[in-house]
Amino acid sequence: MRRFPVNLVLGAALAGSVTLVALLSFIWTPYDHAAIAVTNKFASPSFAHWLGTDQLGRDVVSQLMVAARNSMIVAFVSVVLGGGIGIVLGVYASARGGWVENLIMRVSDLSLAFPALLFAIMLAAVFGPSLQNTVIAIAFINIPIFARISRGAANQVWTREFMLAGQAAGMGRMTLTFDHVMPNIAAAIIVQATIEFAVALLAEAALSYLGLGAQPPAPSWGRMLSDAQTLLYLAPQLAIYPGLCIVISVLGFGLLGDSIRDLSDPRLRRER
Amino acid sequence: MSFFLLRRTGGLVLTLLAISIVVFAVMNVLPGDPALTILGIDATDDARAALRVQLGLDDPAPVRYVQWIAGIARGDFGTSYSFGVPVAGLIAERLPLTLSLALSGTLLTLVIALAAGLYSASRHGRTGDWAVMILSQLGIAIPAFWLAILLVLLFAVNLRWFPPGGFPGWSDPLGSLRSLVLPTIALAAVQGAVLARVTRSSALEVMRLDFVRTARATGLSPARVLWRHVLPNALVPVITIVGMQFAGVVTGTIVIENVFYLPGLGRLIFQSIANRDIITVQALVLMVAAVVVLANFAVDVAYALIDPRLKARLA
Repeated sequence: MRRFPVNLVLGAALAGSVTLVALLSFIWTPYDHAAIAVTNKFASPSFAHWLGTDQLGRDVVSQLMVAARNSMIVAFVSVVLGGGIGIVLGVYASARGGWVENLIMRVSDLSLAFPALLFAIMLAAVFGPSLQNTVIAIAFINIPIFARISRGAANQVWTREFMLAGQAAGMGRMTLTFDHVMPNIAAAIIVQATIEFAVALLAEAALSYLGLGAQPPAPSWGRMLSDAQTLLYLAPQLAIYPGLCIVISVLGFGLLGDSIRDLSDPRLRRER
Repeated sequence: MSFFLLRRTGGLVLTLLAISIVVFAVMNVLPGDPALTILGIDATDDARAALRVQLGLDDPAPVRYVQWIAGIARGDFGTSYSFGVPVAGLIAERLPLTLSLALSGTLLTLVIALAAGLYSASRHGRTGDWAVMILSQLGIAIPAFWLAILLVLLFAVNLRWFPPGGFPGWSDPLGSLRSLVLPTIALAAVQGAVLARVTRSSALEVMRLDFVRTARATGLSPARVLWRHVLPNALVPVITIVGMQFAGVVTGTIVIENVFYLPGLGRLIFQSIANRDIITVQALVLMVAAVVVLANFAVDVAYALIDPRLKARLA
């Protein structure tokens, strides 16, 4: 009997809620997230301000909603950008083989030695901290990850008989890559993208916390935490909400990615 | 085996050289004038030009790269623009704190992972197993810096057991230890959550093997079977992952030092960024990347030494 996929449902519910809130923030937030009302600073949660206000009297819920949108945009763009470049490199390496494949894979091994944080630090030191640099840094770490995944999956496709048949029929390696390799590795890539989306959310939060990400007045969960840290004695609740948002979104997308991977892999499905 | 070591060492040297080129290229080829940063916008063009000559910035980039690498080989990382002292001295001053934090974090990670992973495996499918799995899933999703803030809130602000941040210096050993307790827990809890899952699945694999069944059949207690027979055999993949996680511990240390205002290498990196002290950032980034590469190298070699199958193939 198949067991109820708790992780899948929970992951989809959490990830779906965060996505909905982020989308909603485009058309509606309770208040303008940047509207300052110093006379109303550190207000307690009430019907007017559901989670109260911060040190400048800004509505916390509105800030969390806009921060959700910013985090998700950074995560989405960096995964699509890094993933796109990585996939092209991976399938090209697989199609060409030989020294080209070796070179691409060695360079991708090399870039794995650079954690996103280090790369963001270098960019911040040279260009100054910004949201674009955060996107570039997170995209950069995604390139070797997707290059490896897509090359491995593509190599498996190349061993299949229909690929031999295609070659025998005179189809070029690039045509075969577009017509047969890409559709066959799409599932593996989508699963990896969901998992990397969760990792990117976490990386964005850490970089913003360190002041390397979104700059004021653009809100981000990481920077809200870093601001709240200086106010722990005055308003400890401000250090709770953004952290909970990060956990909910990372947990949601992480569980979702893991569950889809488990369901799509028959060996893992048996072990569940 | 010696061929394997030679090949891996050659690869290591090439990787380190390639990393140094990437770091140098990013930090030097991109725009920005350190002379302007040091002297400010009021300085005359002549003064800035003179400082550029003094700092060796008027030489072509390849010449500066060779000089930089030759300097590093002699232990000279250059002179910090903002602190006005040799970078090597700054690193030597702050390294003990960062190393202490990274090592204590790794040690606590292992303790948490082995205890939680073995407990979970021994209670497979029962409430204890589920509790550990849920906690570890949460641990993976919690950012270390948020956990650090929560620890400060509970143990420093409310209970006042530990200081909320800062470091009294090694001349006060007890105070130093107290300052490192919360950062170590914050660093280890998240890494431990990941490793606990690895330990659990590795222990479960071993527990299915025949020799464990035989050990049980001889009447050994479950605890003795777990510690004497399951743990040693489940350790190989765990140690491998610890090595691979070292990159996470190193970058985690950079973040945690900033949460607790600890004067280690991580804090130095951010002070240097704020001062646009490129030569210091360059040296620190290279050092951290080198540590990550060396850790991976050590894992590869250790794995070849530990795993008898790999050892036989390489012999």
